[in-house]
Formats: sequence, C-alpha cells, structure tokens
Amino acid sequence: MNVSYKWLAEYLNLESITPENLADKLSRTGIEVEDVTVPQEGLKKIVVGHAVSVVDHPDSDHLHICQVDIGEEELSQIVCGAPNIEAGQKIIVALPGSRITGNKKIKKSKMRGEVSNGMICSLEELGYSDKVIPKKYAEGIYVLPENAEPGEEVFSYLAMDDAILDLSVTANRADALSMRGVAHEVGAIYNQKPVFETVELNEDATEQIENYMSVAVENTEDTPVYSIRIVKNVKVKESPMWLQTKLMNAGIRPLNNIVDITNYILLEYGQPLHAFDYDQLNSKEILVRRAKQDEILVTLDEEERKLTPDNIVITNGVKPVALAGVMGGLDSHITDETVTVALEAALFEPISVRKTAKELNLRSESSSRFEKGINMATLQQASEHAAALMVELGEGTVVSGISTVDTVDVKDVVVTTTLSKINRSLGTEITKEKVKAIFQQLGFGVEISADKVEVVVPPRRWDIHIEADLIEEVARIYGYDNLPSTLPKTESIPGGLSTKQRLVRHTRRFLEDAGLTQAISYVLTTPEKASRFMMRESEATQLDMPMSEERSTLRMNLLSGLLDDVHYNLAHNNSNVALFETGRVFYKETDHILPHEQEHLAGVLTGSMLTTDWQGEGQKVDFYVLKGILEELLLTYGLVGKIDYVQEANYTEMHPGRTAAITLEGKEIGFMGQIHPVTANELDLNETYAFEINFDAVIEAEKEPTIYRSIPKYPGMTRDVALLVDETTTNQQIADVIVEKGGKYLQHVRLFDLYQGEHIATGKKSMAYTLAYLNPEATLVEEEVTKAFEEVKTALAKQLNAEIR
Amino acid sequence: MEIKTKLESLQNEVLNKVKSSADLKSLDQVRVAYLGKKGPITEVLRGMKDLDPSERPVVGSLANVVRDAIQEAIEERKMILETEAIHQALLEETIDVTLPGKQIAKGQSHVLTQIMEEIEDLFISMGYQVIEGPEVEEDNYNFERMNLPKNHPARDMQDTFYITDEVLLRTHTSPVQARTMDKHDFSKGPLKMVSPGKVYRRDSDDATHSHQFHQIEGLVVAEQVSMADLKGTLDLFAKKLFGKDREIRLRPSYFPFTEPSVEVDVSCFKCGGDGCNVCKHTGWIEILGGGMVHPNVLEMSGIDSSVYSGFAFGLGPERVAMLKYGIDDIRHFYQNDLRFLNQFKVKE
Repeated sequence: MNVSYKWLAEYLNLESITPENLADKLSRTGIEVEDVTVPQEGLKKIVVGHAVSVVDHPDSDHLHICQVDIGEEELSQIVCGAPNIEAGQKIIVALPGSRITGNKKIKKSKMRGEVSNGMICSLEELGYSDKVIPKKYAEGIYVLPENAEPGEEVFSYLAMDDAILDLSVTANRADALSMRGVAHEVGAIYNQKPVFETVELNEDATEQIENYMSVAVENTEDTPVYSIRIVKNVKVKESPMWLQTKLMNAGIRPLNNIVDITNYILLEYGQPLHAFDYDQLNSKEILVRRAKQDEILVTLDEEERKLTPDNIVITNGVKPVALAGVMGGLDSHITDETVTVALEAALFEPISVRKTAKELNLRSESSSRFEKGINMATLQQASEHAAALMVELGEGTVVSGISTVDTVDVKDVVVTTTLSKINRSLGTEITKEKVKAIFQQLGFGVEISADKVEVVVPPRRWDIHIEADLIEEVARIYGYDNLPSTLPKTESIPGGLSTKQRLVRHTRRFLEDAGLTQAISYVLTTPEKASRFMMRESEATQLDMPMSEERSTLRMNLLSGLLDDVHYNLAHNNSNVALFETGRVFYKETDHILPHEQEHLAGVLTGSMLTTDWQGEGQKVDFYVLKGILEELLLTYGLVGKIDYVQEANYTEMHPGRTAAITLEGKEIGFMGQIHPVTANELDLNETYAFEINFDAVIEAEKEPTIYRSIPKYPGMTRDVALLVDETTTNQQIADVIVEKGGKYLQHVRLFDLYQGEHIATGKKSMAYTLAYLNPEATLVEEEVTKAFEEVKTALAKQLNAEIR
Repeated sequence: MEIKTKLESLQNEVLNKVKSSADLKSLDQVRVAYLGKKGPITEVLRGMKDLDPSERPVVGSLANVVRDAIQEAIEERKMILETEAIHQALLEETIDVTLPGKQIAKGQSHVLTQIMEEIEDLFISMGYQVIEGPEVEEDNYNFERMNLPKNHPARDMQDTFYITDEVLLRTHTSPVQARTMDKHDFSKGPLKMVSPGKVYRRDSDDATHSHQFHQIEGLVVAEQVSMADLKGTLDLFAKKLFGKDREIRLRPSYFPFTEPSVEVDVSCFKCGGDGCNVCKHTGWIEILGGGMVHPNVLEMSGIDSSVYSGFAFGLGPERVAMLKYGIDDIRHFYQNDLRFLNQFKVKE
C-alpha cells in the first residue's frame, strides 16, 4: 500500500513529523514501511510551459517546432516529436541544464538544424511507471491543466513533491489497506484523533430507486451485503488533477472521473466499489449467485472467463455481468457514453473471492481487500461519498435510496483481559493508567475495574478478537524497546542431543578427519536418479505439481546427489573429490500417508586423497582406501554384531566385481565399492568409489560400552607364514581358517604381503600373514606357540590346498 | 736424570701432537702410539727395573704425572673434536624450512552445519532439547495446527510443494513443535526445544531463492513465559552468533501461529550500526521472527492456554551464513563446489 504523506496530512497534524520519522515510527510500532520516496527527487529545472505556437519541422515527418512561454520575456524554441503536441497546451518543459529521470541531463541542442532549448516531457520521462500513466498520454507528452503558470516548477502540479510511504501490510492488518485505516494507526502512535470531513449527499427526491433497480442475493453467506445506488445524467470525462495525482501516487492509473472516484474511495475507505453502466445492464434487477458450470463472462481486461460454481457472480437476472469482488464485465463497464451509473457497494465472502482470484489469476486491489476483510461500518458511507463525488465531479444527480440486501449487524466487539495477564505475558509492570491510555490512544473504549480490563473494539479493527490481540496492541504502543530483557525462569532441565544426533555428529567429525568434506545436496531430483542405488524395494514419492522434472521426486538414495556434486566439481577442475552426506531418503509406504524417512550416510571418493608432491607420489583412491575408512568408522560405533564385507553384484550402478555389501550379523546395512564404469561414463565421472549406509540400522544396532582391559604384562610372540593359494581363494577364507585353528593365544592376524605375477604359477597368488600370540596370564611357552602354529599350517594346507612356502 | 729429561721432552712432543690432531681418528692414533702397551711411556716404566732403587719412586711418579697430563690433553682435545664434529653434522643436516609440509587429508563441515551446530549448542547449554521431525508432512501439522486453516490468506499454494491434497513437503520446521507439544508431559518440566532441519518452498532457484533451505526454530512452553523472556533469549542468541556488542530490536509483525508476533533486527555486525551496504544503510539487519505462541496453537495440542504460555522464534541458517560471510548466491550451499566448501575452515 502506497501511502501519500500529503493525503494523510488532511486527516492529522503532521507539521512536526517528517515522512522519514513517520516511516520509522510506523515500522517500529505496527506496520513495516519498506521505503519512502519523493517522486521529484533527482529531477530539477522542470517547469510549466505554454505552447504558444506549434509548426511542423520542415525537414522531418514527425518533429514539431514549438515556441514556448516558459515565464520569461522571450519565447523559447523547443523541438518536440510527440504526436499529441498542440498549440495552446500547458506542457512540461525540461530546461537546458535540467535533469529528468535516470539522472539524465538535458542540454540545449539542434535537431535537424533547428535549435531546441530543452525538451517537452512525457510522464515517463519524469519517472512514472507506464502502469499509472493515463492512456491518453501514454504515447506522448503530458498536458497540464490550463491554470498552470508558465515558468513555475511542475512538481506541485503533479504532486511530485509528496512523500510516498510504501507500507508492507501483513495479512492481519488489512485495516491499514486504506487511508482512513492508516490515519487511525498513525493517530494512535502520535496520540491524535484523525479528523475526517463529513460528506453531504443530496438525493433527488423526485426519483426513487425502486423505479430503477431491485437487488436479490441467492446466498447471504456468500454475499452478506449487496447494495446498488443510481447516479444519473453523469458526464464521463477526465478527473481533476488532485484526483489523478492521488491515484498515480498510489500506483493506480486514472481512467475517467467515474472509475477514478471508485478507486479513490477504495483508497480512502478500503471499500471496493464497482460502477456499472446502468443502461448496458439491460435490466432492472440484479441477482447475486454462484456461477453455473462453464458459464462465460468476458471481463474488463477483454479475457473470456469460463466460470465454475466456486465463483460468485453478479448477474442481470439472466447472465453474469461481473465477478463478485474481483473484476467487472466488459459489456457493462463505464465508457465515455455512459449516462447512468449503477454503483455497487457490497461485502463478499473472503474465501470465495480468494479462490476465484487465484484460479483465474486475477488479483486486484478489490479482491485483495475482500480476501482479508473490510471495515463493514463504512460500507454505505463509502458509497454515499462516491455518489457525492459523482455529483461534484460528474455533474450527476443521485436517485433517492438504495436497493439493498443487508444481513450484517455491525457491532463493536468487547474483548476482556486482565491487567495481571497483560503484565505476565509481556514481563512488564505497566500501570492501570498506562493501559487505559494506550487503548484510548487506539480509539477503543476501555473500562478497567480492579484487575479486569474490558475493551470495546470498533469494527474498523476486525483483527482483534482475543486477549492475545489486546496484549499485542498494548505491547506495540507501549513499545517493544521498553520491554525488559529477561530469561525464562522455568524449572531447570538438562538440554542435549539424542543418541542419534550424537552419532551423526560423531560420524561427521570422523569422516572430516579422514579427509571427506560434508556436502548438502538437493532432496528433490529426477525420478530416475531417485531410484538408483536402491537398498530396498520402494516406489518413489512424487510431487503433485513439480516446477521441473529435475526437481520432481524425493530421493531414495544419497549417492545420486553426491555424484551430481562430483560431476559439478570435475566440470570445474576439482579433480580430487572426497565428499560425504548425511540425510534422509524417502520410501513410499502403502499403508501410511507419509513416506518412511530413513537416515542415510553416503560418501564418494575420486582422484587422490593426497596429491603427488615434492616428497613423492600421492595416494590415489581405490576400493581399499575407502574400505579402510569404513572399517575404522564402523569400529568406533562399538557394534556388538559382526560386520562383514561380502562380494555383491546386484547393484546395477556398481561395479559387479568391485562391490561389497556391508552386513551386520549377516543383514545388509549398506554397500561400498566402485561406481559401475558405464554409470560413471553416463555421468561424466572418472573412476569413483562410493558407499551408502542405512544409518538408522547403525543407530538401532546394539552397542557395547568400552571396558578397559589391562595392558599385557607378558611379552607376546609372532609367527609369519607365507602361502601359495589359488587366486580365487579370498583373504576372508584364509583368515577364517587361521582364527579357527589359531589356538587360545592367537590375538590377531595381519596380512602383510600379497603377490601375484612373476615367479608365481599362473592362477596362484602368494599371501603372507603375521600371527600374533599372547598369554595375558603368563609368559608364552615356545613349544605351545609352535604347536598351535603348526596346526594352522596343516589346516591351511588341507582345507584351502595352500602350499606353505 | 736422563730419564726425567726424556720424559719431559716426551710430554712436550705428545702434547704438540695432540694439539695438532685434526680429527678423532688421528687423535686416537696418538693415544695408541704414546699410551699403548708398546708406547714410550710404558717403555720408560718397564726400564725402571734397571734404575737405582732410590730413583725409582721419583721416576715412577714423574712417569705417572706425564701419563696423566697426556691423557687429560687427549680427553680435552677429544671433546673439542667431538663438538666440532656435531657442529659439522648439524650444518650438513640443515634443511629448507620453507618447503611445504606433508599434506594431511582433512575435510570440512558444511558451513550450514557449522552455523546450525553453533546455534544448537547455545540452546543445549540453556537446557533445550534438539528435536527433529519428518520433512514430508501432513497438511494438518504444517498448516492447520499452526493456525493456518485452508484458504487462509497467509497460506499460499504457490509456495508449497504438495504430494497429495493432504501431504506436502514441510514449508517450515514448525510442525515439529506441534508434534512435540502433543506428546510433552508438563508434569516432568517445561518444554524447551529447538528444531533444525530442511524445509521446502515452491520457488524457482536463483541467487536469492532456493526451493530447499534450512530453518531452526525454538520453542519454550511453561507456566510463566513472557515476551520479555523472548527478548532476553534472542538478545543472548544475537550476541553469541554475531558478537557481544550486538543489540536487538523487536518490531511488530504477523505470523498466524504467534500473537503478538515480532520481527527481530540485529544491529549490523559489519558497521556496528552506522550504516553500510550489508544493512542497507539502516544499521539493522532483519534476521529472526518470533512471538508468543498463539493460544489456538497451544489449545490444539491440548495445552491449557490459561495456564501455560510460550514463545517461539525461527531463523534461516542460509541467511545467517550469507550475511556473516558475504555469500552472494544461495545456490552455492547446494552445489557443493569444494572451492566453496573449503573456505569455512576457521573455527571461532
């Protein structure tokens, strides 16, 4: 809502209040002011001119040579290209040395040989938006009223010396969508009572409304109030300057006096009105009803609208002539030929107006007010004021009476609270007198007896219903700056993170320390990417109306997003990428309305962890680099169950020979390995390793607390064994045999060499292990260890056909 | 006294040789040559048996003196030579200390995580729980329970990703508050919580808009909670997050789920309030929203609003990060460019 400072000053004494102070105070007390602009700011040396003569330029098909009185002794010659320039007009002249909009400087010049002392301006050249410039002047210069004095600055004629406050009005404060509402608000802030001029409406006693119109409403829930007033013998013409400039400063384009008056009243009262051309209604009756399915109405903007029973329409008894509260119909709109005006003032049900405006994409000044409510107390007053202006500015006469359906009983609302409740809620010690003064400042009735505060709220503040609303009024007028600053004095309770949150944080720290950086990717992705790397079966969850295919489906894996991130980094020359992410994946649940949200952990590695430097080769990532990180990470969770890495070839996006399922007690909780070269190729990736883990499974798994074990007092012993085995024999198989046959003193087994190639038979490989023995109770006896070691060797030879080397 | 003279000249000879030994090896040769079993001193001592018994003690003691002097000179020289050798070795071992150090692999927390954890930790220290909830929500929890019935003007379909008529991607983390209030047992103490997480709005992505972003909201519900408590809590919060000299101011605003509602400005942390580009020359930056929990919201969770009151507040970590670090494009947070992510290493 654009609020004119000068207009406001008609209702309040603003002498000692600058627009900037007013804006700041409003923002701090109730309604945010986004901006204060003075339209003339940045413009200079722009004056009224009188075009004394206008002749065609001899060397041009469109330029004119004008002799212009600019209030000096001699006329000034200015060349003008506007098609609407005529001798006798009062015009806007930018003198040599002037500045027009965009800080553009105007100089004396020659145009096709003719001197031009400046420029004759359009409103656009003064910075007006083409949305507010009257149609008549849209393609040319603006013409000032005849009484404009040549040589004077134009700004006061155009009200460009006003200050415009851009109010950002929240949905609850629709009362401030009118000048009167704003005046009440400003009055409350400065403890002034706004004064509004009373309007006298003289009706023509010889003419009765019954002879012109009778209105009916099908459903008074949709339309609690509907009334028509008739103004006849109007002359439709341009509005006077004061009206045009008020509208333009408010961001509304002047059209003609009748329509301008309805818009003016909308701005002053917040009451949307509609003016019909009575003769074009072709009817003496109006019926307000729901539209029929597929009924057609051509609206003012010349669009053909197909209606539904969701829309309330005004009809002439036969067909729709307007969309209630949203937009008028083309057939019955005010034209230069209009003689009789049917003036509608009504109240429509907010939700229906909102739905209609939204469905038809027709948000208007009118619909936005009906949606949020209007001041029902001034509905007829607004209509009377409009009619009076049509008499004053349109030379019309007003038919006696209104035809109306009115089911609304407009009443003050009484809301009660207590002084102690107010102070308890705000943490203050505001006195009874102060509370009383605040409500009086707001123009509310107030009675305080003992602790009880009874407030009578006028209809213009329809946002106030409950105690909390009263408390807010007290808080804002009292001033938030004046509230004390305290902390809740509640019972102490320990704060903290849940087990899950602590595990997530631990995991992040661990992976960061291992060289991976945390990514946060988009949850919404394509249907195809959402369904990759599936760890269980599920349908995807899709948006009803996505904005793009790219962001249409909820992910069921984290890796797709991470691979997008890898792709982005490679494309930007970051060839070494180590990322991880924690976040949710979404599995559709047939028997629940919400999908199952499962916490996942995933990571990707490509390139090198450590790059080649002056000290030697870097560490290129591979399966075992990744596995090392995961082994250590999983160790830190203290899981009771056994973790295994099992060869896994079922993920279509993973390398079938280089992927392991990660199992906990035989149950898969994740996977790791190399991205399938075909998938990597599709995504333009290099050799990439990745893992994804169902983190909820880790969270839920049984864990064992750390128990201290005493440091061994006795020395241990080691034995090394080198084996020649078939190349298909796995490390796990060998380790299992060693552990099984290792005897009670075997502590751990470590692979320290793996060799395949020269000097080894084809199809064979050599693997060497260190076995560490320890007896925590006593010094190991050499023979016992030797015996146990021999048993291992025998078993390896027998069970795995290993050749001990 | 021929022997005596001999011994004295021997001493001089050896001491000279010791002095002129340039390294430990030649010094050792001197030692072996003169003090060894076949050396001249031993020889002198061996020749004592031919002496007059009265001369023996004199010569004997002189021989010992000479031997001790030589030994001492050798030890002394040895020390000097050893020190020199160490010096030499150190000189040879000198390295270029300006060469780069060995890399370690170290990753980073995402800048949004850093900001959220900082906020979580502050509130944990004040006795708040960190509570999360579903990202896919029921319309009921996301809107109706937040005092936003269907067709409320403050609820715009344009802003919401719907999955069905009743299921949507949450547009704020507030539904977590409703879910938590439903379950909270006030006989066990007040409810104090923060809920961080992802939220979604139906928006086209550009430099200042993102269809996915984060929120942290806080809620306290107890028997005696006031607007002044909200002000004090947020004041503490602003000082913790933006520096101890920060001030806050509250401005009236509107959220359907709080009444009164306020927007909270923090004095500009770039210019300290004098006016600069960051604060658009106002000295203040709008950073939080909050208010007293609307009685309807409490009642819908079965909480008696005549007994209990509460305050709530919320903010966007993206906005905080953008202001704090001068980040100019919200899309950076989700592109995960390492050149972006790795900039936030300094931990305050």
